[in-house]
Amino acid sequence: MKYVIAIIQPDRVQDVLAKLEEKEIHLVTVSQVLGRGRQKGVAEVYRSHKEPGNLLKKVKLEIAVNDAFLAPTIEAITGGARTGQIGDGKIFILDLAEVIRIRTGETGGPAIG
Amino acid sequence: MEATAGKARSRLVPLIFLLIFLGVTAIASVVAAADEPPKIDTGDTAWLLMSSALVLLMTPGLAFFYGGLVRRKNVLSVLMQCFLIMCLVSIQWVLFGYSLSFGPDVKGLIGGLDWFGLKGVGLEPFKDYAATVPHQAFMVFQMMFAIITPGLIIGAFAERMKFSAFAIFTLLWATLVYDPVCHWVWGLGGIVRGWGALDFAGGTVVHINAGIAALVAAIVLGKRIGYPENVAPPHNLPFAVLGAGLLWFGWFGFNAGSALGSGALATSAFVVTHVAAAAAGLTWSLIEWIKQGRPTVLGVITGVVAGLVAITPASGFVNPVGAIWIGIGAAGLCYLSAVVLKAKLGYDDTLDAFGVHGIGGIWGAIATGLFATKAVNPAGADGLFYGNPAQLWIQVKATLVTIGWSFAASLVLLKAVNALMGARAAENEERIGLDLAGHQESAYTVLD
Repeated sequence: MKYVIAIIQPDRVQDVLAKLEEKEIHLVTVSQVLGRGRQKGVAEVYRSHKEPGNLLKKVKLEIAVNDAFLAPTIEAITGGARTGQIGDGKIFILDLAEVIRIRTGETGGPAIG
Repeated sequence: MEATAGKARSRLVPLIFLLIFLGVTAIASVVAAADEPPKIDTGDTAWLLMSSALVLLMTPGLAFFYGGLVRRKNVLSVLMQCFLIMCLVSIQWVLFGYSLSFGPDVKGLIGGLDWFGLKGVGLEPFKDYAATVPHQAFMVFQMMFAIITPGLIIGAFAERMKFSAFAIFTLLWATLVYDPVCHWVWGLGGIVRGWGALDFAGGTVVHINAGIAALVAAIVLGKRIGYPENVAPPHNLPFAVLGAGLLWFGWFGFNAGSALGSGALATSAFVVTHVAAAAAGLTWSLIEWIKQGRPTVLGVITGVVAGLVAITPASGFVNPVGAIWIGIGAAGLCYLSAVVLKAKLGYDDTLDAFGVHGIGGIWGAIATGLFATKAVNPAGADGLFYGNPAQLWIQVKATLVTIGWSFAASLVLLKAVNALMGARAAENEERIGLDLAGHQESAYTVLD
């Protein structure tokens, strides 16, 4: 089992979700986050006072998958999120030790659902 | 131990407030009176009551304008200050503020206490102020001005003033700065009124007065922690836009209501108010567009407010083209003061209360001496551009007197409040934010 964390552009979320849907991956947790990469954020201006390098708004997706679904998940995310511009984001993949479905008490692969 | 003493002392403040008000109200309730019956015009009365409501709405509008511009952790403190002023100054005004401002003159300097508790301020017109409406309608219209004026000052000390100190300062300032200046400029027998100074709706009384007090407050209280490097941008610009919209809307009551009737002069004031606001918003946007490459939302609303401020004293005396010039000038000068001057001099006028209201008010008062014409208002005067340079000098004189008094009296008051109870919130309170520190509330929850 793997735990996939993807940081993507906010305006790509719907595309990524649609691609995940196509591959029958429904389980996903989405959060709005702030962050920055090498390009160090964007400047904002308030009454001509420049605020350089504010953190950028990003969206974080977290997806738990069984190993067979890892490749399609990554395809879906890269397919939906890539624009070729700087700031498209990153995908992190972690080993997942255990999953427990609270309602039924199921564990492991079947609990991912 | 010390913290307990401090807490006990801070609880004494509201108790003292309550006792003073109960005492004063008790004295006031003993008196009542009547007058001879003149003629009430229902159209005029309807417009003045409506205008009073419009002007009151400006204070919640200001609360959202300012509230949107501060950080999330301080938004309630700003809304609270505005609402407390609405309550506090209303009572002060009824008890003695109106009498000090408009009551029978004492040596041109202040109104007497003859109208204490609105004694003799009844439902018949008082013809020397407004001949066709009930005296109380004029009184309540003026009350709304007395409320918003100290409200404007909070923009300068937002995010760092202790609530108790703010409340005491506001009551003292309303009584010792607003009421006298109001009497000088608008009260029967007031010295500035005697010079023939023109201030249709409060450029001097409201905006210069509050703007200068704001500058003093910013200097006396000092900069916020982390200013200017680490102070976060506005937490909710749409709030600020909503607030500016309400201000624009309410300003029609502010200026057109100051005609004290519903006829031609009110219409003219309405038109020039709108035109000046539009010209100033447009100008500010253009300046930003040229200087930064993009016009900003905060810029256009700031420009609109600057235009509204500047047209205020002139609104009953100038024509629409004069209003456009006043709007353009307001945007240019307020931009310079809020953006260039503030950065150069390094004071922390949090929300540009001085930069917009002080400078905008000064420009408006001077511009009245340039653009005023009797063709608009025969009861007014001609300005420099209409062949009467003397009026410009009168306007300058009125401006200087107001700046001088507001600066000196506000300085003494703030220093006194600071010595008495400490004007500034403790460092940890400022860091956690005034909403939680001052009111034990937070504006936005994270869960639910």
